[in-house]
Amino acid sequence: MIELEDVSYSYGGGELLSDVSLQLQPGSFHFLTGPSGAGKTTLLKLCYGALLPNSGRLSAFGEDISSLDRDQMALLRRRIGIVHQDCRFLDHMTVAENVALPLTVSGSTAETEQENLTELLNWVGLGSRLQALPPELSGGERQRAALARAVILSPDLVLADEPTGNVDWEMSQRLLHLLIELNRMGKTILIATHDLGLIRAAKSQVQARVLRISHRQLQLAGADL
Amino acid sequence: MIGEGVRDLLRRDGRADRVVPPTGFTAQLTLFVSGAMAFLAVFALALSLAAGRLAERWASELAGAATLRINAPVEQLAAQTETALVVLRQTPGVASARVLTAEEQVALLSPWFGPDLPLDTLPVPQLIEITEGDPGLDAVGLRLRLGAEVPGAVLDDHSRWREPLVTAANSLRRLGWVSILLIGGATAAMITLAANASLAANAQIVEVLRQVGAKDRFIVGAFVRRFTFRAFFGAVVGTLLGMSGVLLLPEVSEEGGFLTGLGFQGIGWLSPALIPLLGACVAFVATWSAARRKLKELS
Repeated sequence: MIELEDVSYSYGGGELLSDVSLQLQPGSFHFLTGPSGAGKTTLLKLCYGALLPNSGRLSAFGEDISSLDRDQMALLRRRIGIVHQDCRFLDHMTVAENVALPLTVSGSTAETEQENLTELLNWVGLGSRLQALPPELSGGERQRAALARAVILSPDLVLADEPTGNVDWEMSQRLLHLLIELNRMGKTILIATHDLGLIRAAKSQVQARVLRISHRQLQLAGADL
Repeated sequence: MIGEGVRDLLRRDGRADRVVPPTGFTAQLTLFVSGAMAFLAVFALALSLAAGRLAERWASELAGAATLRINAPVEQLAAQTETALVVLRQTPGVASARVLTAEEQVALLSPWFGPDLPLDTLPVPQLIEITEGDPGLDAVGLRLRLGAEVPGAVLDDHSRWREPLVTAANSLRRLGWVSILLIGGATAAMITLAANASLAANAQIVEVLRQVGAKDRFIVGAFVRRFTFRAFFGAVVGTLLGMSGVLLLPEVSEEGGFLTGLGFQGIGWLSPALIPLLGACVAFVATWSAARRKLKELS
């Protein structure tokens, strides 16, 4: 689904990731962990084409990502749902409009979408907050809205960058539960987090693999977590 | 193909248009700039059209006529006038030739010498008014022949007066068009700045849109529509105000000379309607290229 082959990436300062190889199989559940600044966000950005590797090969859904033009890149992002720690909403639009944004930009106008939207918002527990503006939401509500937006186009892959960074334990469990449910529906999930408690909680419910970035390398963490 | 693309880009799409925040300082600036520029463009257009009319009028009014002046001692004046008339009648291109009467000559001279001019005591030359026919008068040939047969005759085909006036009117018209071009260029520059400011202010929105899979076309379209319609409405208001201003200019009158001829006439009143359309085109192109440039910087 996503395949990295000896991928290296460096900022102006120096190399952040070197010779990273990774294969995300359809339906798999991965955690990506490592100390702050290790390059978790960078690796996710590489996966959805926001950054291009300096060397190595990176392919998404069988296509070399560096060969895509801007429109093809847009189409690729419709197949990948992205959840950021800071959510990034359009603050002048309601929660319902924000969650439906991927539908809007892809030109989908079907009436059935409205039904899906309501259903989806009920699933994440925001059925009563449809008309609220994003700044009026709590941290947990924002994360759930971001998750709803990420999956509304029914992507094959969901990338989440510290989705539980700003929420309490209970809410992080709830988010995790939603992500596990998505995985059971067949979605591939990759969650970057430094919250080991979250990883332990997940391991009891889903067969998750843990990837760790340390010293610019990506390693498969042992079962000891 | 291009027309279709433009139509597509401009098609109102309520949901897509909501993506760009509705208000902002740039909105008012764009409206004001396009309004003010349209207002100025109306006057520049009025000036150009009026100068064009003036040039044509002067050219045609003075071109159709010539004057023959006969300076001769009093005793030869009648004979030379007679000979000149004969020559004129035989000249191709002369539709009619008429000897001005003494009263008419007094009327012509009175603005300079006063009404009580005793014309008969002065050696005033005789004037003959010539109306040109078709084909026009061959002034050089006529002068040669008159020089041989009527030594006191001087032919004036008015080109001396005509040329500087027509040249002046034409320069005025050119100046008007140059102003319109400059106004268009300034509008484009200002809308580019406003669009850049708006894109920069909404950089986060653009980033989110890219993240959720929006194509450049969608993002560019949302901004282009915003600015094109804004510039169009601003220009409509500016044009209407400018036309009201032109309407309030004084009517054409003899006393006012060419200054009162400013404004629109007949079908010319429709020409300002082009200003909002051109303004919208300028805004479209300016925003489109600004947005394309800006998006290239983002992944």
